[in-house]
Amino acid sequence: MTEEIIIAGFGGQGVLSMGKILAYSALMEGKEVTWMPAYGPEQRGGTANVTVIISEERISSPILSSYDTAIILNQPSMAKFENKIKPGGTLIYDGYGISEPPTRKDINVYRIDAMDAAAEMNNMKAFNMIVLGGLLKLHPIVEIESVLKGLRKTLPERHHHLIPMNEVAIRKGMEIIRPQE
Amino acid sequence: MAEDVVLMKGNEAIARAAIRTGVDAYFGYPITPQSEVLETLAEEKPWETTGMVVLQAESEVAAINMVYGGAATGKKVFTSSSSPGVSLKQEGISYIAGAELPCVIVNVMRGGPGLGTIQPSQADYFQSTKGGGHGDYHLIVLAPSSVQEMADFVDLAFDLAFKYRNPALILSDGVIGQMMEKVVLPPMRPRRTEEEIIAQCPWAANGKRKGRGPNIITSLELDSAIMEQRNIHLQAKYKEISENEVRFEEINCEDAEYLIVAFGSCARIAQKAIEIARNEGIKVGILRPITLWPFPSKEIERLSHQMKGILSVELNAGQMVEDVQLAVKNGVKVEYFGRMGGIVPDPDEVVNALKEKLMK
Repeated sequence: MTEEIIIAGFGGQGVLSMGKILAYSALMEGKEVTWMPAYGPEQRGGTANVTVIISEERISSPILSSYDTAIILNQPSMAKFENKIKPGGTLIYDGYGISEPPTRKDINVYRIDAMDAAAEMNNMKAFNMIVLGGLLKLHPIVEIESVLKGLRKTLPERHHHLIPMNEVAIRKGMEIIRPQE
Repeated sequence: MAEDVVLMKGNEAIARAAIRTGVDAYFGYPITPQSEVLETLAEEKPWETTGMVVLQAESEVAAINMVYGGAATGKKVFTSSSSPGVSLKQEGISYIAGAELPCVIVNVMRGGPGLGTIQPSQADYFQSTKGGGHGDYHLIVLAPSSVQEMADFVDLAFDLAFKYRNPALILSDGVIGQMMEKVVLPPMRPRRTEEEIIAQCPWAANGKRKGRGPNIITSLELDSAIMEQRNIHLQAKYKEISENEVRFEEINCEDAEYLIVAFGSCARIAQKAIEIARNEGIKVGILRPITLWPFPSKEIERLSHQMKGILSVELNAGQMVEDVQLAVKNGVKVEYFGRMGGIVPDPDEVVNALKEKLMK
């Protein structure tokens, strides 16, 4: 089983971090993983994206032509990646970041109002973990426990008090993700 | 899960592997996409643990000349940079090759020419394998295609460098430097003691001792007769390296009718491409040069006899393809496909190129 994922949005939305947390979680489960960021000037306010591949087998290319799942958090990324999702694949988008929703009918489209939920939680930094929760609801690629274990392992100790908040955010995301109307 | 399996960027793997394999010093200057080498070393503070020196020099030119000085004393020293920075280092690299000193240079390539782009490229193939600096010399060039190889090749590069008293280059690119993968780091090994260095490097300028004259390290020789002999000696050494140190990987070549030759990140993209092509019934394999110099010419020649066509896939305008063409002697079609300026092709583009260029 191989899961080929693109996460794309604005720089500063936590796109790369979300990919990193997903990658670490897969590592915790002993899976193969590659994390390939689009690095460079696009991280300064422009679009940022990262390709994460999780597999039971050795991974060939970290660069892909098409994806099983796309998490799209802003409009420019929709233009770039909507057409690169495999037929039957999954697209998750944030309702706040997207003004023109996707039009494809041959993929499964889900909306998650993560920006709104983060605002309700009074914690904009929870945004990417809410989105991650939505992804894990649809595709339980990794266990929540692995995510939390990954966080404990990668976050400096002084930030460990934030881990429960992250768990709340993931569960919130699982709750609010819904099929596109 | 084994405790020592970790996730990290290729650049980070280079830095951590260097600390763990007893490297004595690093001299560098930041440049994207390789800055994490220096950053990781600065974070890890190996000067407090192994005693390894980490120094951010005032420029790339200063850094390579610090490497020259460190290498002259028999220490394990290395530097890293990306394309424009490696161009600046070329004078020093030529001197080091001329003085026959072991050291390691890392180039995490980005698109050129000039300052170019910070995105991945393999356009320094000619510079790396054909000379780069002035004079008749060769670097031993290793091309990692995974984060694991970024870690493993540090020690391998030093081994080869000391075995042949020759600078070794790890030629990577922005994809392999910036991506994260699982890696098992080499076991912790102490730096060599002064006594061990004296025993291993009788040529090193690390203090005159009784029983031998002074060791002089120089690339200068004004007597042309002696200088020619020095060149003859270098060429004999390069011949020996060519005969003994070719490294490569063959992937799905047994029944292949078409061959892709690709190194580094392109070899990874090509692996996905051959999965796609084989699903369509196209029998295609990969020859991945691990050493770009010495180049696996004989292996390509051997494989060429079973092939209907060979495609060299590179992130440049077609450089390695010249070495593939030189290797193939039976008239089998050799073509090139690549992207330039920091654009990385996806696997579908490689499959399409294979069909367009070899199967039409």
